[in-house]
Amino acid sequence: MEAAQDLELAGLEGRLLLKDVRVLDPASGLDAEADVWVERGRIAAVVSRAAPTATDLRTTAVLDLRGLVLAPGLVDIHVHLRQPGQTHKEDIASGTLAAARGGVTAVVCMANTSPPLDSPTALAAVREWSRGASARVYAVGSVTKGLEGRELSPLASLAAAGAVAFSDDGRWVQDAGLLRRALLYAKSLGLPVLQHCEDPALSAGGVVHEGEVSARLGLRGVPRSAEEAALARDLVIAGDVGAHLHVQHVSTAGAVRLLRQAKERGVPVTAEVTPHHLTLTDEAVEGYDPNFKMNPPLRTAEDVEALVEGLRDGTVDCVATDHAPHAPWEKLVEFEHAPFGVVGLETLLGVVLTRLVHQRGWRLVDALAKVTCEPARVLGLEAGRLGVGGPADLVVFDPAQEWVVRPEEFASKAQNTPFAGWTLRGKVLGTLLGGRWTYLEPDLVRRRLVEVAG
Amino acid sequence: MAILRGHLLGLEPLSSGQILALLDLAEEADRGHLPSHALRGRVVANCFFEPSTRTRTSFELAARRLGAEVVNFDPERSSVLKGESLVDTALTLEALGVDAVVLRHPCAGAPHQVSRSVRCSVVNAGDGMHEHPTQALLDLFTLRRAFGRVAGLRVVIVGDVLHSRVARSTWWGLSKLGAQVVFCGPPTLVPREFERLGATVCHRLEEALPGADVVMALRMQAERQAAGFVPSMGEYHRLYGLTPERLRRAGPAAVLMHPGPMNLGVEVTPAAAYGDRSLVLQQVRHGVAVRSAVLYDLLAHQAEAAGPQPLERRELALSGSGRP
Repeated sequence: MEAAQDLELAGLEGRLLLKDVRVLDPASGLDAEADVWVERGRIAAVVSRAAPTATDLRTTAVLDLRGLVLAPGLVDIHVHLRQPGQTHKEDIASGTLAAARGGVTAVVCMANTSPPLDSPTALAAVREWSRGASARVYAVGSVTKGLEGRELSPLASLAAAGAVAFSDDGRWVQDAGLLRRALLYAKSLGLPVLQHCEDPALSAGGVVHEGEVSARLGLRGVPRSAEEAALARDLVIAGDVGAHLHVQHVSTAGAVRLLRQAKERGVPVTAEVTPHHLTLTDEAVEGYDPNFKMNPPLRTAEDVEALVEGLRDGTVDCVATDHAPHAPWEKLVEFEHAPFGVVGLETLLGVVLTRLVHQRGWRLVDALAKVTCEPARVLGLEAGRLGVGGPADLVVFDPAQEWVVRPEEFASKAQNTPFAGWTLRGKVLGTLLGGRWTYLEPDLVRRRLVEVAG
Repeated sequence: MAILRGHLLGLEPLSSGQILALLDLAEEADRGHLPSHALRGRVVANCFFEPSTRTRTSFELAARRLGAEVVNFDPERSSVLKGESLVDTALTLEALGVDAVVLRHPCAGAPHQVSRSVRCSVVNAGDGMHEHPTQALLDLFTLRRAFGRVAGLRVVIVGDVLHSRVARSTWWGLSKLGAQVVFCGPPTLVPREFERLGATVCHRLEEALPGADVVMALRMQAERQAAGFVPSMGEYHRLYGLTPERLRRAGPAAVLMHPGPMNLGVEVTPAAAYGDRSLVLQQVRHGVAVRSAVLYDLLAHQAEAAGPQPLERRELALSGSGRP
């Protein structure tokens, strides 16, 4: 079979049998060798040792996936798709292609576009642009008009237009009274407020973690207290009004402790951590490479340990990438001038499996939960689970296969990854969205296609 | 054999052996023992993205005394502020065929980024709050002249350590050569983290001074008051200003140093700055010898040893290589 034809995929859609695959569904705890039947975009059956009948063979493509894992498509609740306004960095088409490459079938895009997603019209436009995208696109509406932190956005109208949460991501809602009103309002709509916890009076123009490395490199530091003081205040307010606060990209050991205490007190709070904060420390900044510049900054080994432990014990609910694409020329400047942010969609599964399963000995199902059903639960999305009758949003991966991260091969428009050149263990081989392959490694078809009938 | 490997980006990466060898070479330069034609045919580009008098002038004198040509590249300062011109500058200089770029830049790490994009040698003449290695070398040179050694000296560095590239480079040089370093200044301007690197941090000048062989004042900029690091320059002067009386509280033979330019009446009084314990003007004079040694080491050996490595991956030249 020619590669070009492989990816035409026509013969592989419609009715599909994924045979002899290890089916893993963290939501239900399913972990078994089985055959999975996909029909009209949905999971038609999950059967152990099913044997296709003669009738089925005429209309079904059969892929033998022995030795591979089939899981719910990953859910990433923190993504910047940059459309509208910054499509030189990324757009919905390229960003969702990057998602598909990473095995991600649902993304939640942030509101800090240009103009921001602070009106029903803007959300409608995103929905329109997302037709035919390579992943399901959920959108966040801004908490305040223009992300300015002064007046509430029309939250009910945004909810009616499909917003799944509210956030001024990138900017902390600094006015405590405003945050309190936003939480109350959002609670009545049944939606969470996502906070980027950073007190700008404490971060004060910092570009890296404040510590020994910043002292040596002569770069302005962001103390841990910039995050923790903001978080502590927000936790008090969320507890006060009993509204769901979701804390974005937790980066410090102290923040994990604050979250743990708040959850013990019964504050309705959830939290996410990025793959890079689970993996890298501020020592990575030594060469002044702007691909290690993100907000919050990379912290220390002690923080990384606390984040991994917090994720394990559920204090931190899930992993989200904070996929923040920037054009190459924007990052090819002095460290202090470079914009914050790194891409993450295409390395999400590889980093999570390498760090948590292969290096830390986590069970595969536990690691997968943090990128499927857990993030879906945090935002109440119908996603991240694998069940008969449900949409065939699935990922096929080889948990043991090693691959080298080559940014120049990314589907994203951006290459600003901190993992360039890394060898990761755990490789996405195919992604199904509603029964259609949004990504399929040519090799998988070449070696695994048993037959196409009909 | 060259002492440096292609560039001088800072003192942190150098060994004590390399630093001592550079100081020995600077002695040769100061005595006029380096051949005046040693760098004939070489081109040194002074590329200063920030104003500078003594550093720029002494690099130029040093290069000319060794027979090199000097070009002064004047970057458009407005585009620097937008952070647009680093790549362009690097490639422009390479295209001009210069052998060494002497780079002064307001951003920490700029010379490191440039060194990854060009074939020629890069000399850091001050990068943001990071390092100013030739200033530290001339301080070490001056101390060695004054005391005959650096090892064992007790050096108190007073002032705005947080924002000072001189403090960082001098710290690396002094500590690698076995001096004892005390950082003294307001808690808002002396990062605690230096203690973890092995320095002593002290916030009271009267506690820091006794037993000092050297007191080094750092420049205290008026903008630190506006940014709220100190309540007032007057209060700073009362607590940390170096006067002849305070110098007397240090050791009997304690000397005063200052990297310049001085804010007289703030970090140091004129009587202290120009008194008989002051090495300030010697520091300036030694700048030429030290910079001659650096340029000589980087450029005179290029025929015999491999210079900086050629570009391999131009498109990634400003990025570090990731490693698992």
